[in-house]
Amino acid sequence: MSEAPAICTRGVTRDFKAGQQTITVLHGIDLDIRAGELTYLVGESGSGKTTMISIMCGILWPTEGEVKVFGTDIYELSDTELVEFRLNNIGFIFQQYNLIPAIDAASNAAVPLIAQGMDRHEARERAVEMMAKLNIADQADKLPNQLSGGQQQRVAIARALVHEPRLVVCDEPTAALDASSGRRVMDLLREVAVAEDRACIIVTHDNRVFDLADRILVLEDGKIIHDGTEMPEEH
Amino acid sequence: MLTGDAQKFYGLVFGIAFSTLLITQQLTIFVNLLERGASGVYNVSSADVWVMDPVSRTTDVSYALPSTALDKVRGVPGVEWAVPHIRAQASVRTKSGDLEGVAVIGVDDATLIGLPKNMVEGSSDVLSQPDSVIIDDVGMTRMFPGQSPIGERLELNDQRAVIRGIADATPSFTSTVVLYTKYSQALNYVPGTRNRLSFVLVGAEDPSQAKALSEKIERETGLKAQTRDEFARDGVDFIIENTGIPLNFGITVALGFIVGVAIVGLTFSLFIRDNIKQFGALKAIGVTNGKIRKMVAAQAALVGFVGYGLGVLGTLAFIWSFSANPTFKGFYIPWQIPIISLVAVTLILALTGWLALRNVLKTEPAAVFR
Repeated sequence: MSEAPAICTRGVTRDFKAGQQTITVLHGIDLDIRAGELTYLVGESGSGKTTMISIMCGILWPTEGEVKVFGTDIYELSDTELVEFRLNNIGFIFQQYNLIPAIDAASNAAVPLIAQGMDRHEARERAVEMMAKLNIADQADKLPNQLSGGQQQRVAIARALVHEPRLVVCDEPTAALDASSGRRVMDLLREVAVAEDRACIIVTHDNRVFDLADRILVLEDGKIIHDGTEMPEEH
Repeated sequence: MLTGDAQKFYGLVFGIAFSTLLITQQLTIFVNLLERGASGVYNVSSADVWVMDPVSRTTDVSYALPSTALDKVRGVPGVEWAVPHIRAQASVRTKSGDLEGVAVIGVDDATLIGLPKNMVEGSSDVLSQPDSVIIDDVGMTRMFPGQSPIGERLELNDQRAVIRGIADATPSFTSTVVLYTKYSQALNYVPGTRNRLSFVLVGAEDPSQAKALSEKIERETGLKAQTRDEFARDGVDFIIENTGIPLNFGITVALGFIVGVAIVGLTFSLFIRDNIKQFGALKAIGVTNGKIRKMVAAQAALVGFVGYGLGVLGTLAFIWSFSANPTFKGFYIPWQIPIISLVAVTLILALTGWLALRNVLKTEPAAVFR
């Protein structure tokens, strides 16, 4: 495992306005996510893990603090540069997959490549290759609504990895899957998303897959209360 | 994205098609009805200039000239020929006893200038026979539905008239039955007043100089002279100025636009709302607002293209299916109308698309994790 931090946050604070009130969701978080590790971000609902992951992947501005992703201070970038940075360096896997219903699985998986400007035909071919690694190449021509939940999740994984990002961010990737499918997805992510120069961070509260993590961070009331290889006993 | 949601896709296509149909069809009827105001002029294709009393406004709103006007006009240099033309209202009693208001048009005895160019049945020569009249084809369907009028006798202002031919004429704005006869015969049919000459029809030696000739006639005779196009335009303007038709059709066209905006806007908003997570996901992945705009514009263009095509086809089908109906005789779609509809559809899509897109562009990518 590499010791170089893939993500480095220093003093990250995030406030939200709720009417006259200001609610602080994250309290000055200092955190290093190392490349080559499968890192879980765990916490109760409202603990701030969605806010934290959104800030780490450059889609939500922190109120204070600094976030470096592979050495780039992402919130120092202009809007356009940040969008481009995300496109080239980050892969996303969403809880509800968010596949585009009108286009087939391969085209869905090819979205990041097409957004990067690659020729559609070539992008599709690359997407099918990635789908083959995930054992769903035979589903390439099907629309999302013709696929099972597990298959849709694999298409979403293919979309997250097709452009070979250095950071993969997953939001509850096993929430809609049964235990065995969930473990298979985690094994897959470890296999394709974790490498010497890559990091994978997963937001989850699925205790069925906690044993597959290299590192578990527990967030509570906007603070990291645990950082280890296993879940603390009280959780 | 949009094509994957059949319900919304067809909803949008329907909205656009309905708007296009309403706008195109109503504008087509409006324009064709307006042109009926000039039908009296269009039916006399050989006249380059129409000469009339200065107070006359259209073929149907005219003040009689003294018969000497004909000789005055003939004396103007540049006039190749000038013939008398009479247009008057009369009542006709049919064989079955029905009373019908008709327009009597008296054409030049010698040349028959003033008759429509084509005949549906019979020949223009029949006017040489005693008491002959030629009925227009649309009038025929009104007075003699489902039967041939040839040989039918009419009581025209207490005078005997026999229908011996059917003319192929553009109906008037009011679709009044028109009976054509010789000028000399028309004088018998029309109640006697001192002046009965309605117009003098003029052929120019050089038809391309009709405008100059009309000005010369005005200068030299003190009468009003208008080229064929000017007089046709006056007929159209008369309807615009004196009827509520432009307002009524304008309201319908505006309703077509508003209905289009309502249906398309609502469906577009629902589509965006239902897919906001997908748009958020695309933004998170790194798809720029510009690319999302292009994506939505491409989908709107597809919907617009299909809907517009169906709307125009619907109008064509309407015109075609009613072409046999005398009310719609000669109706056509002027090329400008589909362009106006296209502009309206583009505006509808641009407006509704912009309103719907605002939500997408404002959506924070982080919303996708919530």
